[in-house]
Amino acid sequence: MNFAVNFQNKSQQCLDNTDRKASAFRTKRDKKRYWILLIIFIVIGLFSVYGLLVYNNPVPITSPSFKPIVNRRMTAIISMIIAAVCQSLSTVAFQSSTNNRIITPSLLGFEALYSTIHTGTMFFFGITAFVGFSGIGPFLLQVGLMVFLCLILYGWLLSGKYGDMQLMLLVGVIIGTGLRSVASFMRRMLAPSEFDVLQAKLFGSVSNADSAYFPIAIPIVIVVGILILVNSRKLNILSLGQSTSTALGVNHKSGVIYTLVLVSVLMSISTALVGPLTFYGFLVATLTYQAAPTYDHKYLFPMSLAIGFVILTSSYFFMYHVFRAQGVVSVIIELFGGITFLIVMLRKGTL
Amino acid sequence: MINIKQAKKCYTSEVSIGPITIDIPKAGFTSLIGPNGAGKSTTLLMIGRLLNMDEGQIEVAGMNINSTKSSDLAKKLTILRQENHYVTRLTVRQLVGFGRFPYSKGRLTNEDEQIISKYIDFLELTELEGRYLDELSGGQRQRAYVAMVLCQETDYVLLDEPLNNLDIARSVQMMEHLKIAANGLGRTILTVMHDINFAARYSDRICAMKDGKIAAFGTVNEIMNSSLLTEIFETKIEIIDGPYGPIAIY
Repeated sequence: MNFAVNFQNKSQQCLDNTDRKASAFRTKRDKKRYWILLIIFIVIGLFSVYGLLVYNNPVPITSPSFKPIVNRRMTAIISMIIAAVCQSLSTVAFQSSTNNRIITPSLLGFEALYSTIHTGTMFFFGITAFVGFSGIGPFLLQVGLMVFLCLILYGWLLSGKYGDMQLMLLVGVIIGTGLRSVASFMRRMLAPSEFDVLQAKLFGSVSNADSAYFPIAIPIVIVVGILILVNSRKLNILSLGQSTSTALGVNHKSGVIYTLVLVSVLMSISTALVGPLTFYGFLVATLTYQAAPTYDHKYLFPMSLAIGFVILTSSYFFMYHVFRAQGVVSVIIELFGGITFLIVMLRKGTL
Repeated sequence: MINIKQAKKCYTSEVSIGPITIDIPKAGFTSLIGPNGAGKSTTLLMIGRLLNMDEGQIEVAGMNINSTKSSDLAKKLTILRQENHYVTRLTVRQLVGFGRFPYSKGRLTNEDEQIISKYIDFLELTELEGRYLDELSGGQRQRAYVAMVLCQETDYVLLDEPLNNLDIARSVQMMEHLKIAANGLGRTILTVMHDINFAARYSDRICAMKDGKIAAFGTVNEIMNSSLLTEIFETKIEIIDGPYGPIAIY
């Protein structure tokens, strides 16, 4: 059987080069570049945090009122960290499990639902109820509602007879658009003063964050974040698509639904805490793919965390201390992020 | 052995495939042939658990494909479709390495690395192992995917039109490789083929399908019969004796 001999010979040849390894990066240079970029991003992030905490502090460091100011600013930093963790992990996990790099969970109706809940409260119950709609109960209610909507959407669309990812994304986008239109219709009927109060809540901003939510939000984010990180190896397989992952013995449907549930928890917490950050997740994910040239989520996730953290903290630093504005950080993220995104895309020419 | 009992797939009330009952013996190369819409791919996908059947049951090596855990089945049975979603920034070697996932769960051992090298060399992808998948031609990518499923080292390998995208030289090479895997390594390979002559040249057995049913199943010489093939394909097909066995002329 000369076929078998031929095969034996071939396998003999390859025993010589034992240094052939399927590492997560194509070359050592790519790997080095990855670590350098990761360290640079972390350092810039830490500098921005330091800047946000102490730069332009109106009182000297020796003054007794220095510490309360830092403490106040600390709340904003913690909500930035929570938002960065939630948005970056969930966008990367979402895009890998749905095999697409365009649609992000924000586009799938999370933020539309958030603005519908708030606009609806204002529209139906008036300004007093709206202002009173804060605290741990309403926070959990919002998170619960958003997760519930996603479970219905994913569960129904992915487990049906014609369970189809593209269809789910499409229906999600349509539901999102529908909710947005309903919310915008209700907003048109509000009194100007009510509209003003509402509008402040509908822009993503860490000043929306209430430190009273931290004791619930932080443990949930830590647990869910770890579950997503632990899931990295499975995500590597899921990103190969349904048929390949099934052939490799990974139950695709349950793997995807599990990932999407974790994603929806993170997205809901981030949205309920700081409001919609529409473009941010997409930007973080796209820049992550450029900075980490690998398929391996073990490396993609840390990079996305670092990039998410840098974008948020440096945008706030720019907004407060360079533009001296107290406005809406999403505008800065979208302006600078959009420009960076275009530059990176046009130079590389690929997603 | 692959036992299929009364397997049936209903697409709409008019379009259905089956019921199919057939036993495909262990080891060797079996080709599924038949006209478009005969149910070849449907049958293959049902065996490979990529498509749920509506009735009947399928056992592969004594394991019921519906009740056995997918991760256990992945050590016995693998399937490759025609079209595969591929991620960018995934090299050939990394892709082939995924074939070890059922065993290593993503942590590749030295032994795994040697097996990966073996199949990369086997499919002559050594030069290309550091390339990203989007830097390959369709045919090279096809070979990389075949290397991945072979690297899974399952007894049963199902391939949906493995010659898609390949030129004549590459098709011949691919068939030689699969033949080695079937006869030299004792794998059971089941493929969907469009080219009757490729099927006849390399298969041990041919299964012909028509209108969602098994029309004929047997050795190459039994199936390469002028009147049988003419009836199945509804086209005049003559069989002549070639240097390597029967050849269909159409």
